[in-house]
Amino acid sequence: MQRTPPTLPLSDDHSVALRKDQSAERWLMLSLAGPALLLVLVCMLLPVGWLFYLSFFTEDGAASLVNYRNLIEQPSYARIFRTTFEVSLLTTAICALVGYPLAYFLSQLPTRIANLCMIAVLLPFWTSLLVRTYAWLILLQRTGLINTWGIDLGLWSEPLPLVHNMTGTLIGMVHIMLPFVVLPLYNSMRTIDRSLIQAAANLGASPVQGFWRVFFPLSLPGLMAGSLVAFILCLGVYVTPAVLGGGKVIMVSSRIALDIDTFLNWGSASALGVVLLLLTFLLLLLASRLTKGLSLLGSGH
Amino acid sequence: MKWFDHPASDTQITHRSRLWLYGFAFLVLVFLVLPTLIVIPMSFSASQYLEFPPKHFSLRWYESYFQSRSWMQATVTSFQAAGLTVIVATPLGTIAAYGLYNAQLTIARLISLLLITPIVIPIILVGTAVFYAYVKLNLVNSLFGIVLAHSILAIPIVIMIITSALKSFDMNQERVARSLGASRVKAFFLVVMPQIKFAVLTSAVLSFLTSFDEVIVSLFVSGGDNSTLTRNMFAALRDQIDPTIAAISTIMIVVTTLLLAIAQLFGRNIKH
Repeated sequence: MQRTPPTLPLSDDHSVALRKDQSAERWLMLSLAGPALLLVLVCMLLPVGWLFYLSFFTEDGAASLVNYRNLIEQPSYARIFRTTFEVSLLTTAICALVGYPLAYFLSQLPTRIANLCMIAVLLPFWTSLLVRTYAWLILLQRTGLINTWGIDLGLWSEPLPLVHNMTGTLIGMVHIMLPFVVLPLYNSMRTIDRSLIQAAANLGASPVQGFWRVFFPLSLPGLMAGSLVAFILCLGVYVTPAVLGGGKVIMVSSRIALDIDTFLNWGSASALGVVLLLLTFLLLLLASRLTKGLSLLGSGH
Repeated sequence: MKWFDHPASDTQITHRSRLWLYGFAFLVLVFLVLPTLIVIPMSFSASQYLEFPPKHFSLRWYESYFQSRSWMQATVTSFQAAGLTVIVATPLGTIAAYGLYNAQLTIARLISLLLITPIVIPIILVGTAVFYAYVKLNLVNSLFGIVLAHSILAIPIVIMIITSALKSFDMNQERVARSLGASRVKAFFLVVMPQIKFAVLTSAVLSFLTSFDEVIVSLFVSGGDNSTLTRNMFAALRDQIDPTIAAISTIMIVVTTLLLAIAQLFGRNIKH
């Protein structure tokens, strides 16, 4: 933080000049962001605005809400929204169920060992999305490793349909989203004051009671934050359902790409994009409100 | 084993009654790590078919990668795009972060928000918007276009890293330099830069990776002679499973790991 310089008695002229200087300095500093802002404006923000505008026109250029009416009336769009929510909800739920015990386990370890284990959590973060998707194809396909091993061991006799469907998509998505749930969860668990659990035990709570009535409520803000981030990210994924879903799992992003690539239908792609964007912002807003509210609740204990 | 009956936590629960937790956590960690690592031995397999562990080893998939003109071209494009993205995004992001941090105006916060939007909004929208702009600007399938698009995605990361480094830097030092007669530019390069240089290097590495690993925007705006590696890989994944991709994946894992290790080394030197 800046220290305020000792104030000297200044004449009015001087203080006016100083203030002018300072204001000029600040605007000069602001102008340093100019090149980056220009780039983002021209290549992204203005085109996004233009797409917003386009979504209110038909292909012939007449103003109408037909693109939005289609979203509501055409059953193919209803199906896409249902699939998107289904995949996102299931992925988030599985991540929360699987991630919670892992984060809990990590939070109980000495910090140094926990940091080592963290590398395992972060590894998927680091490796390219396509590499991971390819790895799942190797493992899950009909002649893939899991089916080969399963049949060799006599666990099942026919190859299980593990990929190019909903199952494969979910496995791939959980693999991607798990770190987003585990990291905030782990951080929030680390900050829980251990003496609270000791106090609960002192007062006669069993370990199970201590966990559910003291530890779990305190870890909820982290769980909420992580799950919401994962859910928001799920809504916009493209690569995983496109490859591991094998054309059977069509989510909003796939449809936007299809509308542009195949039909060059900017209007309908834009309308879908607008809905996706608004949904994302709404959830982000909710996330910031909720985590704030919950952490207030948590600190009240 | 006495260890089992030792208390595992403050609540006197024993390790024995927590065994399920250890087992479960281990399985989840394996789930996170193994799929990625399995690609590496597969890439050295001599067989056309997927088998693990491979019965015979060979370098044929690396050979097929290095001898394919289209894969080589895509690799060159990807490295060029990533290198140029570093050159565009690192300076632009660094001066933007420096300026916005010092401006202390309300509008600076708004501009920061605008500059971060590319990594907040769904990536498919970034792809769509950039593609739309490029159709008008005639930049589709050009290396220049790919670099600009990837820079948009890298700039937010640079800004976040540099801003957090500036927070631990005392701006009075720069004021002292200037009151002692250094010009503005000289003060920046002689006083500020040496203290945030590791943050700048880290953000350069991450800019490279942002571009190198980027898939969706590349699908929209790269193509023809300027297809990126990720674009070609995505197309190949949808069509058939060619073990050549295992070789490419292994190379990508090595590149990523090396760069992140470097970033980690730089990161250790950032003052907090």
